Amino acid sequence: MTTLLEVENLRVSFPTNRGRVEVVKGLSFTLGRERLGIVGESGSGKSMTGRSILKLIRKPGEVTADKLRFDGIDILDQSEKQMRAIRGARISMVMQDPKFSLNPVMTVGEQIAEALVTHQKLPRSAVQARIQEMLHAVRINDPERVARLYPHEVSGGMGQRIMIAMMLIPEPELLIADEPTSALDVSVQAQVLDIIDTLVRDKGMGLILISHDLALVSRYCDRILVMNAGRVVEECAAGQLENAQHPYTRGLLAAMPTIDESRDELPVLDRTQWAGT
Amino acid sequence: MNAIDIQNLDISYGDTKVVHGVNLAIPEGESFALVGESGSGKSTILRAIAGLAPDWTGSISVLGQARSHHIDRQVSSQVQMVFQDPYGSLHPRKTIDAALSEPLAIHGIGNRGERVEAVLRDVGLDQRFRFRFPHQLSGGQRQRVAIARALMLQPKIMLLDEPTSALDVSVQAEILNLLKRLRREQGLTYLLVTHNLPVVSFLCDRLAVMRQGRIVEIADAAQLKAGKLNEPYSQELLAATASG
Repeated sequence: MTTLLEVENLRVSFPTNRGRVEVVKGLSFTLGRERLGIVGESGSGKSMTGRSILKLIRKPGEVTADKLRFDGIDILDQSEKQMRAIRGARISMVMQDPKFSLNPVMTVGEQIAEALVTHQKLPRSAVQARIQEMLHAVRINDPERVARLYPHEVSGGMGQRIMIAMMLIPEPELLIADEPTSALDVSVQAQVLDIIDTLVRDKGMGLILISHDLALVSRYCDRILVMNAGRVVEECAAGQLENAQHPYTRGLLAAMPTIDESRDELPVLDRTQWAGT
Repeated sequence: MNAIDIQNLDISYGDTKVVHGVNLAIPEGESFALVGESGSGKSTILRAIAGLAPDWTGSISVLGQARSHHIDRQVSSQVQMVFQDPYGSLHPRKTIDAALSEPLAIHGIGNRGERVEAVLRDVGLDQRFRFRFPHQLSGGQRQRVAIARALMLQPKIMLLDEPTSALDVSVQAEILNLLKRLRREQGLTYLLVTHNLPVVSFLCDRLAVMRQGRIVEIADAAQLKAGKLNEPYSQELLAATASG
């Protein structure tokens, strides 16, 4: 398996009036052309990990790592200008909420076209053809009509599919999806993830799926990292999640109600057990 | 006597009718869930019962009394609502103490200090949180405050609009346990809106599946647990949950 991304001892910190606080504390993993899931609760540092790969952490935040390489390129050494050639074109990111991530004053078609022509010079007719094709790929039935709509005229699920289209049209090698479905309905969630899944498989891309939902991640990924308080507490194959060893992972699994629930009370995590907080 | 009795309820926002001909009877002490996808009208029904969506026809009675179309002091002392987003539903510049005392002041109830202390104990919050502001609290703690505020007037019925969907899994478990305990201790009736079927099977006795403003099916929680819902749409929802 070729290595796409190598991360060693990644640390992200922010200043507070009590000194710098590390939100990611020495994270290491490698990623090939596979599907990796990062799970954890709010504040576990999972989104910060995703953002630091794209160098999207602004000052006063600080990212350090012994190694942060994407396809042999040292991300931390890249200038902003060099990063712009990587962002979108080679690594792209799907954000949580389409309501806040799409430009409200541009039509859907214009936004998707922008994502494409920023990185490739193409004749206008080819751009239009690619947009139609991409909207088809994310299962939008009448792409010509949808391309002329503004973001407020589409539903949440459709907005998220448009964002996926926009992120995948430059054909990146790595897709980072940060809670791509938590703003969506259950019935639409599965559809959106199936689309990401198919596209990732067909194009042989790498995927990092960041989510707080264990069940969802275990279904769509090959490998899972469980994060708590900035550290990876457990790494396992997706199918092995039931055999997880770490008390935090076990606690998370037990705290989820099930459809055939018979427990009178749900077990609650005892946070003092493994974290110092 | 039914806690909530709804007959032939149509609800509109302006010219758009969003709920069509809903009939519901929820006996006192029951925990009832409304499930369905966004836009199916489930929250709108809660808003109509609470008096926040006044444009309806049909009839709504609460504890045997027909409800008017407006916000009504009599009804609010019996029916209280908890909203989805604990970040948006607490006033950012009021302390927890002020937020909890306000319903008492409106209804002219004295002895406020003691009541606030008691309700904080009920929802499992330490007394040191009493004079803090919402931004100093975590999401789970805020949702406890929102539940505490709903309990201030000692209502009989709680309307819960996705009370845990903005929370982490482990915090969700704490809030669900809290809701279950409060219902047992205070004999409350719950009407819960959610799209999370496992939450329904943990907390509720019966559920209604809604789609496009209509009730498709009313079923027992036992049917849900056994995966034996009758309508094709309910099965679809169940399948989406089981696999996702």
